[in-house]
Amino acid sequence: MKLLMPSLKAVWRVFARLFKRPVTIQYPDQPIPVSSRWRGRIILSRDPDGEERCVACYLCSVACPVDCIALQATEDTQGRRYPEWFRINFSRCIFCGYCEEACPTYAIQLIQDFEMSEYRRTSLVYEKDDLLISGTGKYPEYNFYRVAGVAISGKDKGGAQRESPPVDVRSLLP
Amino acid sequence: MTKGNTDSITIHVDGRSVQADPQRNLLESCLSLGFDLPYFCWHPAMGSVGACRQCAVKQFKDESDQAGRIVMACMTPSAEGTRISIEDSEAREFRASVIEWLMLNHPHDCPVCDEGGECHLQDMTVMTGHVSRRYRESKRTYRNQDLGPFVTHEMNRCIQCYRCVRFYRDIAGGEDLNVFGSRDRLYFGRMTDGTLESEFSGNLVEVCPTGVFTDKTLSRHYARKWDMQSTPSICSHCSVGCNVHLSERAGIMRRVTNRYHSRINGYFLCDRGRFGYEYVNHPQRLRRPAVRASRENSVSLIPLMPAEALAQLGVRLAQKKRIVGVGSPRASLESNYALRTLVGGEHFFSGMSEVEHHHASLILRVLKGGPAPSWSVQEVEQADAALILGEDLGHTAPRLALALRQSVRNQPMEQLERLNIPRWQDSAVRTALHGQKGPLYIGTVAGTSLDDVATRTFRGAPNDIARLGCAVAHKIYPDSPKSSELSLSEADLIREIAEALASAKRPVVVAGTGTGEAWVIKAAANVAWALRRRGVAAGIAFALQECNTLGVALLDGRSLDRTATTGADRNRDAMIILENDLRRRLEKPTLDRWLEQFDPVIVIDHVDEAVPDHADFVFPAAPIACSDGTLVNNEGCAQRFFSAMPKEPDVEESWRWIRDIARHASRDSFQSMSNWNRLEDIHDAIAGEFPLLRRIGETAPPAPFRIWDQKIPRAPHRFSGRTALPMLETIHEPQPPDDPESPLAFSMEGTPRQPPSPLIPFFWASRWNSNEAVNKFQDEIGGPLRNENPGVRLFDAQSRRVIPFFENAPPRCDRRNNQLLLVPIPRLFGAEELSARSSAIRERIPQAAVVLNPRDADRLGVRKGHAIDITAPGLVRRLPVETDETMAGGVAGLLVVGDGAYVTLPAWVTLRRAPST
Repeated sequence: MKLLMPSLKAVWRVFARLFKRPVTIQYPDQPIPVSSRWRGRIILSRDPDGEERCVACYLCSVACPVDCIALQATEDTQGRRYPEWFRINFSRCIFCGYCEEACPTYAIQLIQDFEMSEYRRTSLVYEKDDLLISGTGKYPEYNFYRVAGVAISGKDKGGAQRESPPVDVRSLLP
Repeated sequence: MTKGNTDSITIHVDGRSVQADPQRNLLESCLSLGFDLPYFCWHPAMGSVGACRQCAVKQFKDESDQAGRIVMACMTPSAEGTRISIEDSEAREFRASVIEWLMLNHPHDCPVCDEGGECHLQDMTVMTGHVSRRYRESKRTYRNQDLGPFVTHEMNRCIQCYRCVRFYRDIAGGEDLNVFGSRDRLYFGRMTDGTLESEFSGNLVEVCPTGVFTDKTLSRHYARKWDMQSTPSICSHCSVGCNVHLSERAGIMRRVTNRYHSRINGYFLCDRGRFGYEYVNHPQRLRRPAVRASRENSVSLIPLMPAEALAQLGVRLAQKKRIVGVGSPRASLESNYALRTLVGGEHFFSGMSEVEHHHASLILRVLKGGPAPSWSVQEVEQADAALILGEDLGHTAPRLALALRQSVRNQPMEQLERLNIPRWQDSAVRTALHGQKGPLYIGTVAGTSLDDVATRTFRGAPNDIARLGCAVAHKIYPDSPKSSELSLSEADLIREIAEALASAKRPVVVAGTGTGEAWVIKAAANVAWALRRRGVAAGIAFALQECNTLGVALLDGRSLDRTATTGADRNRDAMIILENDLRRRLEKPTLDRWLEQFDPVIVIDHVDEAVPDHADFVFPAAPIACSDGTLVNNEGCAQRFFSAMPKEPDVEESWRWIRDIARHASRDSFQSMSNWNRLEDIHDAIAGEFPLLRRIGETAPPAPFRIWDQKIPRAPHRFSGRTALPMLETIHEPQPPDDPESPLAFSMEGTPRQPPSPLIPFFWASRWNSNEAVNKFQDEIGGPLRNENPGVRLFDAQSRRVIPFFENAPPRCDRRNNQLLLVPIPRLFGAEELSARSSAIRERIPQAAVVLNPRDADRLGVRKGHAIDITAPGLVRRLPVETDETMAGGVAGLLVVGDGAYVTLPAWVTLRRAPST
């Protein structure tokens, strides 16, 4: 009897469970709810004007603890810096979000998507074409060049927020 | 700054008693002692002006003083018993508020600023703890200027420390950069947009504590400091041998920065050295061996695998009795020696033209045998009187010119002791000296960039300059040969120069190979030796043509004269040309005749333009930036350079090609080369053969050198992208490239400790990300690096030796009726082969031209811009005319900008205005 009791208890537990809601989610037919701050796939976003947000400052790549981000900075004819190429090796990425934290322009963002499995490891190396989205991501407002002091075409010196117009060097007024 | 030799004193910093130098200010003392004290306007080579108010500390009267007062450390001398506190809360608050003011207008653009990550302003802001901008008003902005191909201007970032104008005007003598405007509208720039004229403009990038001036060539292939693998190397663009750091990432050479060397370059480099590196990235650089099957028409060079090319060459060389080797003054000592070993001493040519070779041997004789020591750049900077004969140093050895510009202050500075002004008090010193200058006499063919600090200048043909030099020597010491036919005004000048030099304590005589006239060198030697005989501690310095001219001259090669190959036969003889564009050293007909006589002609080089049409085999050599070896600079100092890039497939160092050629050709000489696997093996062989070079292996620690069993990492510990960078080709992370040649590693792994000075890959210290971190590598500000190995000085002067003067001073240079003496006028940009391949430098190369004095131009009936025909035996050229007031009369100058065919200069030529088309 002493030996039988635990087995009976187990049978009872299983039986009682029949009348409760199941916890299993029918993934992938049923989507998994993730929190809004979920750190999934990494994307590069665009600013509200539709231009690339990334200014190729290399801060994400240096913040990355597994060194899986590499890029090359360049400058376009408008005076905007941008990455000539941008590569993330997701087979190394640990989704820590340090890159997003380091990014001074809200360009690099971790989104809720995590369905990235591949049959080939090389497919996990994402280039800029795979990373760049057409929207602003989590931060709809921010535009680095509206704050920064450098001039680009369409925003001259003194045209940024909280900037005075360029000084007249030749002025002798006190 | 001048080093003080007085006894040390005790100062008290935050309760700690430490030893300091009384010749120093408190900031220098604190930094030397390893304390972190923020500063901006003070610079180790420029002294203090107290402009930025950042280095505030609290000074106490004595032990009982608790209140203390705030002083600027850079403006307060270290005196016995000085009590200061860096950590005092009031001092800290003061410094934090200063930086808060400086940051009021600093733009929000660090992410797009090239200085970011190695910015002194960032470091100091973090150090003082300022984090957020409380000021809510708008920021001041400026318009930028286009400053030419080297330097980018972004005035918004300026913090008004005045370092740029102090360097550019006070140190480099530039005129076209200044500070404009008033109150908070100060503007550092030029009157109008335009290229910065100074040959030292690139130093603004390092001198500026923030990102106002940044490297324009770097921004074309930008990488952060933390992402670049840096390597200690030697500048290969002139004979001075400045120490540089070469920075590379992903197979692209990204930039050159100054590598402090207490005896040579100090804190500054010239623009040719800083921006000439892009030849390494040149798309046409030779990277694969190539073979031409036959000399028949239209058979071109075909790329081949190295093993196959060597095998084919072995077959072709097997029937050859003799191989002639042409060395190169721009190749390492080891490569030249390897070639010499392969071909044998009697078939080894130094690779220099007849004139160049003669001059180099002459200079070697003067430096090694004479009583006047060869002075390093920093010794020249300490000279208190100087005579320059013939050389336009601003174009042939700019770093030496910069040193001479500083040296004119030395004699007036002697009164500072009496005035009780310390030497680091820069603005007080300049006020006290009131523009006084010590003696500097310059005799050249045309005006030079040093003329504005010269006491007097003298213009003439190279012979006339030499004649003047000889006359000065005779005046100083009458045993020295006399010069004839001196005019009255000349005699007056000669007396003045002789008196100035003989009464100086440390005079220096500077000459060089730039004029192509050997007598200029002899005259300089005569002056220096005469001074020595008078008992004056004089030194001598020469500017030579290439980075290893003196090194290859030490190897006893033959010169490339016209008769050099007499008797050569293409059925019997083969030729190896090592890293040498012979069109720059031989007249075309001679060169063609030469190359016809040899079969096969083997070229080992990395410059595609240097490969002659006759080449049968081409082997891609690793340029100096990508190889290991030794160079001998103008002082006679051997220095080691290391490869800044991992080995590329198919590209080898020249000496390895030569060894492999010897193996495949089964030459007898291969026996002595068979065990050459590393540089150290060649060093042993060189040391055995040339007594002067016996210490060649001591220039740097050998390849097995380790610190605690670890190599020295070329990449900083923050190097990024390791697991993403190579993923284009393969997902498997490759091993870091091996570097068996040196104690350095192409990796971020290795010792965190400071290596001996020839191996320091970059200047970086905790909390000091910018190049200002060099302070942490010195025991004393402006002194030698810790564990300094300054290279090996190969010979020392025989100071007691009495050797005969050069006799038979040249006669006055006669004016010829219809002819002018054509002399070379070397240009900083263009005269040197490798830097001229760099895209930024190419924008600055002047057009080839003939320079005439306006009076001569009038006589010839030409004006600026007209074309003129130059004719002389073996020379016909048509060039545009430039006129120059400062040009000597009776002399025409040919701008040496690396175009066209070689001509032996000086030569008498007939000039005639070209018929207008």
